Amino acid sequence: MNFDEKYYNIGFLDQLSYKDTFVHRLDPRIKLIVTLLFLFTVISFSKYEIVALLPFFLYPVLLMTIGEIPLMFILKKVALVSPFAIFIGIFNPLLDSGQVFIFKGLTISAGWLSFFSILIKFTLTVSTALLLVATTSFPGVCHALRQLGVPSLFVSQLLFLYRYIFVLMEETMRIVRARNMRSFEQHGKGIKVFVRIVGILFIRTVERAERVYFAMLSRGFQGDMPTLKRFHIKAGDLVFAVSVAVFLYIFRFYPATEILGRFVQGVFS
Amino acid sequence: MSHHIVEFKNVYFRYPDGTEALRDISFRITHGESVGIIGANGAGKSTLLLHMNGYLMPTSGTVNIGDLYLTRQTRQEIRRKVGIVFQNPDDQLFMPTVYEDVAFGPLNMGMDETAVRERVEVALNLVNSLELRDKPPHHLSCGQKSAVAIASVMAVEPDILAMDEPAANLDPRSRRLLINLLKTFEHSKIIASHDLDLILDVCHRCIVIKEGTVVADGPVSEILTNKILLEGNHLELPLSLQKR
Repeated sequence: MNFDEKYYNIGFLDQLSYKDTFVHRLDPRIKLIVTLLFLFTVISFSKYEIVALLPFFLYPVLLMTIGEIPLMFILKKVALVSPFAIFIGIFNPLLDSGQVFIFKGLTISAGWLSFFSILIKFTLTVSTALLLVATTSFPGVCHALRQLGVPSLFVSQLLFLYRYIFVLMEETMRIVRARNMRSFEQHGKGIKVFVRIVGILFIRTVERAERVYFAMLSRGFQGDMPTLKRFHIKAGDLVFAVSVAVFLYIFRFYPATEILGRFVQGVFS
Repeated sequence: MSHHIVEFKNVYFRYPDGTEALRDISFRITHGESVGIIGANGAGKSTLLLHMNGYLMPTSGTVNIGDLYLTRQTRQEIRRKVGIVFQNPDDQLFMPTVYEDVAFGPLNMGMDETAVRERVEVALNLVNSLELRDKPPHHLSCGQKSAVAIASVMAVEPDILAMDEPAANLDPRSRRLLINLLKTFEHSKIIASHDLDLILDVCHRCIVIKEGTVVADGPVSEILTNKILLEGNHLELPLSLQKR
């Protein structure tokens, strides 16, 4: 994958977050809190739990469907970071050799259970976090953080990061293109040239920062980033928050899968 | 109403590396004038603009803006009077959405929210860009960015508008829109540019700068038709005045 593709990839995530669906319209504060609640609920399960985790896929799947986020896009991103989770859990089947009874005559080591549990928790948490970013504009997330009490200085840094990462990436893309066009037979693609490009980028960034700072000063900046109140919590937001909370509560504290299974068994027997 | 004058008197400026960018520069721009500042690359146009709201301070000489002498104490006051539009709108638009960017100046002036909203809408309407308000700047085209950059400065309601190469990077249609827009502003305008046709259309007076000092100052109709003067400053006759 070359630099251009990487750039458009991040741009795509950003484009997604400016769609206009029910999920996108929800108040970013609510979405942030609900996502955190979801993450903590998923993490709170014991390390051998698998069955009780499965219903939780309902939440990301619903978000993805209503928010019109392409499934493949999320799956690819999850797959990209999955090696971390796999390496955390890969030795569990060897180290944790206690036997667990599953079906008649079928037992496996407890390590396999905890390994799959880690993978499921990982997929749930990462996809939900990605969906938060894909359905909420980055400035929206920042304002939510600010209103939830994160220091203004920290939030300003995030906002500037968001504003200038695209500018910086475009600049890098132009330099890399110019280099590739004149580096014949791989001369010029070595580490030496790379180091110089990084140096040039750094200097240009410092100069740009100076110009931006002047632009801020000339419009009366005196050390504090002003903000406007932009969001109002609507009834729909509360309904969303409450229903997700109820959903999480039920599937966390009642063995819902089991009850459902018994019920289906009862119907068919 | 205060007098919106801009007066430079014997201003010298030397950058820390020793480059002498301004040398004994003096001129006076009065209320409501629109003035073009032209000169070769490196003649000192941008340095001059940076003095107009106190980002750079003269090494010697005085800068007088609307009856206020530029000092470290009066800088804040002067920044309200002079709005500067930069050459690169990416430097000018630093907030994550157009709306917040235009609101940045008014909010810093301590205005309350309803007044700020009104200001922002007026400013965006002025440049016909109200529909862009919720977009992030990196989703805008160059022409849209420069329109929004102007709105973000106009929202502060400055008395004097200073611009550095306002039409650089614009396609001909965006450039024409910009020129028409500039003609409707009744502010004192100071435009530094190499686009002599733009200056011919928008300005009445023209100052030529060479190596940090004024070499000519007069009505546009005189200066922009003086082929010898222009060519001596790495410029040429405006295209609309060239006979083919």
